[in-house]
Amino acid sequence: MPFNVTINGELTDVSHIDPDTPLLWALRDHLGLVGTKYGCGIAQCGACTVWLDGDPARACQLPLGQLEGRSITTLEGLAGDALHPVQQAWVEHDVAQCGYCQAGQIMSAAALLARNPAPSDDEIDRAMAGNICRCGTYVRIRKAIKSASSTIQGGVAFFDPGDFDSTASLVDSKEVTS
Amino acid sequence: MSAREINARLNRRQFLQFSGFGLALTASGQVMQVVAKDHADASALSAYITVSADGVITIGAPNPEVGQGVNTSLPMIIAEELDAAWSDVKVVNTPIDAAQYGAQFAGGSLSVPMRWDELRRVGATARAMLLQAAAQAMGVPTAELSTQDSRVTHEVSGRSLPYAELALDASKVSLPAADSVALKAPEQYRLLGQRVTNASAAAIAQGEALFGIDVTVPDMVYASYIKCPHIGGRPISANLDEIKAQRGVIDAFIIEGEAGPYQFDIRNSTQVSPGVAIVARDTWAAMRARKLLKVQWDTEPASSDDSEQIAAAAKAAAGRRDEAKTISSVGDASQALLDAKSRAKAFYSADFVSHAQLEPQSCVAQVTAQSAEVWTSSQTPSAVDQLLPGLLALPAEAVTVHSVRGGGGFGRRLSNEYVYEAALISQRMGLPVKVQWSREDDMAFDYFRSALYLDMEGGVSEEGRLSAWKLHVIAGSTDDEKANYGGTYRERDFPESRVPHYDIATTLIPSQTPTGAWRAPFSNIYAFAEQSFLCELAAAAGRDYRDFLLDLLGEDEWFKDGDRNALNTARAKGVINAACAAASWGRSLPEGRGLGLAFFFSHAGHVAEVAEVSVAADRRLTVHDVWVAADVGQVINLSGVENQIEGSVVDGLSAMANQRITIREGCIQETNFDTYPLLRMPKAPRVHVQMIASGYSPTGAGEPALPPLAPAVGNAVFAACGERIRELPFSKAGFMV
Repeated sequence: MPFNVTINGELTDVSHIDPDTPLLWALRDHLGLVGTKYGCGIAQCGACTVWLDGDPARACQLPLGQLEGRSITTLEGLAGDALHPVQQAWVEHDVAQCGYCQAGQIMSAAALLARNPAPSDDEIDRAMAGNICRCGTYVRIRKAIKSASSTIQGGVAFFDPGDFDSTASLVDSKEVTS
Repeated sequence: MSAREINARLNRRQFLQFSGFGLALTASGQVMQVVAKDHADASALSAYITVSADGVITIGAPNPEVGQGVNTSLPMIIAEELDAAWSDVKVVNTPIDAAQYGAQFAGGSLSVPMRWDELRRVGATARAMLLQAAAQAMGVPTAELSTQDSRVTHEVSGRSLPYAELALDASKVSLPAADSVALKAPEQYRLLGQRVTNASAAAIAQGEALFGIDVTVPDMVYASYIKCPHIGGRPISANLDEIKAQRGVIDAFIIEGEAGPYQFDIRNSTQVSPGVAIVARDTWAAMRARKLLKVQWDTEPASSDDSEQIAAAAKAAAGRRDEAKTISSVGDASQALLDAKSRAKAFYSADFVSHAQLEPQSCVAQVTAQSAEVWTSSQTPSAVDQLLPGLLALPAEAVTVHSVRGGGGFGRRLSNEYVYEAALISQRMGLPVKVQWSREDDMAFDYFRSALYLDMEGGVSEEGRLSAWKLHVIAGSTDDEKANYGGTYRERDFPESRVPHYDIATTLIPSQTPTGAWRAPFSNIYAFAEQSFLCELAAAAGRDYRDFLLDLLGEDEWFKDGDRNALNTARAKGVINAACAAASWGRSLPEGRGLGLAFFFSHAGHVAEVAEVSVAADRRLTVHDVWVAADVGQVINLSGVENQIEGSVVDGLSAMANQRITIREGCIQETNFDTYPLLRMPKAPRVHVQMIASGYSPTGAGEPALPPLAPAVGNAVFAACGERIRELPFSKAGFMV
């Protein structure tokens, strides 16, 4: 009997996967969606953050069997024809070092901006407190969220990854304070 | 990096078909001629560079990427000398191949300095070949040609040809003599020193399959590998039949391995700790089954460490300096202490800490009777390439190692036991296997930054200068012969050579807990103790710490001319002055708020940091700002180096605040982020980075900005409230960040 979950907008039959399997491992091992990362398994690190019906949730804590009829969005489903403004800001601010936690960071940030397009510094810090980055990229994450917030509020067109120019972020070296 | 690129690097054969023609430069810089062969789409100009007909310039990155940015910075070095437009460049990982690329590893902040000369020559040689081809095509002398943005231009006639049209001919020209190829002077750089976005930024932002944990191969099965919680123990028996009967489980078995605490020995050891393998059809089935696993462990070979006992033994040893073994001694430090105008004595301690890189260890191995392939995020894939054939009893040429992006390194991926576990399990199963460590496995079976205890005494003369210096290093040892990794005092120039009388001694205390390299090994503790204690001495003498430190550094001197690993006092003073200027050192601050300065030289980098910290009545610290001035020589990628430094500050603060591993009966007590907290965003300070252009060759940036952070904050706490913190983490002294 089919067991359907909407994943990145597509109705997906997951009846072939054990229902006690956390969404995290169903995505990674069975559905070919490896952007969502395993970090701790106890909802402490945020690396597995996805959206459950639009709200951020930790995929390591969501047994698949409880998700019938629900809608899941992963990082792979965040962009439309163009990158989401948060993804765009992550590239423009060269946020990532190892990059492992960034899927969760981006999903938390995009969820924040969906609820609150113009968050204050404190609101950003609070919304992102569930996502750990050992590389310590928090300084840039803050800037990227501010930048994405401006884009969203300004209604600037979504960024086309096909046009991505890796030198686009080259700027004068005058700004040494970061 | 796109999925297409990862496929390219995951398939060695495909990579070689793509790029293995033309001419190759070996890692030693020697030129090797290989059979030149026409190719419709792509022309190789070296083992690193391929130019396609469509104008894409593919550059190989030879060292493992674990977040330090070398997949961007190393290709940038080639692109600079090649005069390739960075927008034309596509980065791929090179294969792991010692003959072509030398030792491929990520550690010691060495990737850039070790590759600097080689990769510049690779780029410049390929450029010279393109110039020759262009000279032939245009019928003009090479001296009249110039290069920029992937084109050769003949200024006089205004003619210009793109590299894409020249590459095939260039790949056939005779290789220029090494001494005929000139390298650019730094003022000619167009790309180096600029802010360039990480080559993988867009792929990361889209969740592409980049990491070791993301690798899948057809027919792959999944394994958990369960080791004895008492570090070094071994399984006697287990309820294997019950486990095998669990849903999704394919097999379960004991691996004998080598009992005893894990030895951090990258070059020689293929130690696999004894344990129980559970092989299943997916990761969750293996993890679910292990909850039901019951093992009878033999703890006789295991560690019986207790971290409280280790700390108590260290404290006791500090009181018996006369029994310590002298390492080096100049003058008469004891007499000089008596003669000093002011003096201080203090005991500094640091607990064990875990690596806690966000991606737990995993490895995919495909071992058959004839061959083996592994996909690993190791920091030392060359070591796997050398040692795996022996472990599997296969000829060297039958083993292929694929280097895959790692979700954080910090020294944790220098060892390869997870690779060897996967290889043994795959060999037994006759199937490709992904071994996946849980977070709890990752923390409990880490090798830790060693706990270390430094008992210090110092004196300051009438003139306010350091006149006596005594250091007693108390370190764990498994054999009472030598200190465990991280505990051996390393001979160094500063401050010792600036003190007329000093005495360094060591005492070993028993400890079986595995230790190994953790970001900025040695320096991460020494900097804290030394820079805090020097500040104590300055305070005892009534001196400003910046002035005291600058005086101590004294005259301009490079302690060993031309050796990047030797401190250069001119560069040291340069970063101290720059950081203090940026922070407006000396300004008055409200009650409970202070500035703290620390300088440290490590991994060839000179770094000074000033922290501004508030201390609340309940001892809660707020780190507001950190100003960093760093001199790592020529900057390759400004965005990358700034990111490394910002991250080092946050990471240093994270470890300083509240990270400690405790041990009871040889068992690690903190095994996940609920008990081992990493700093979260609300606690991250503003970080202001300034790179000092000193004109020296580039050195690494992954490590040297971490060590000064803890003492800078500690010195700021002292300035704010007069209390001196002498423990890592600070939470042990009752201060919470």
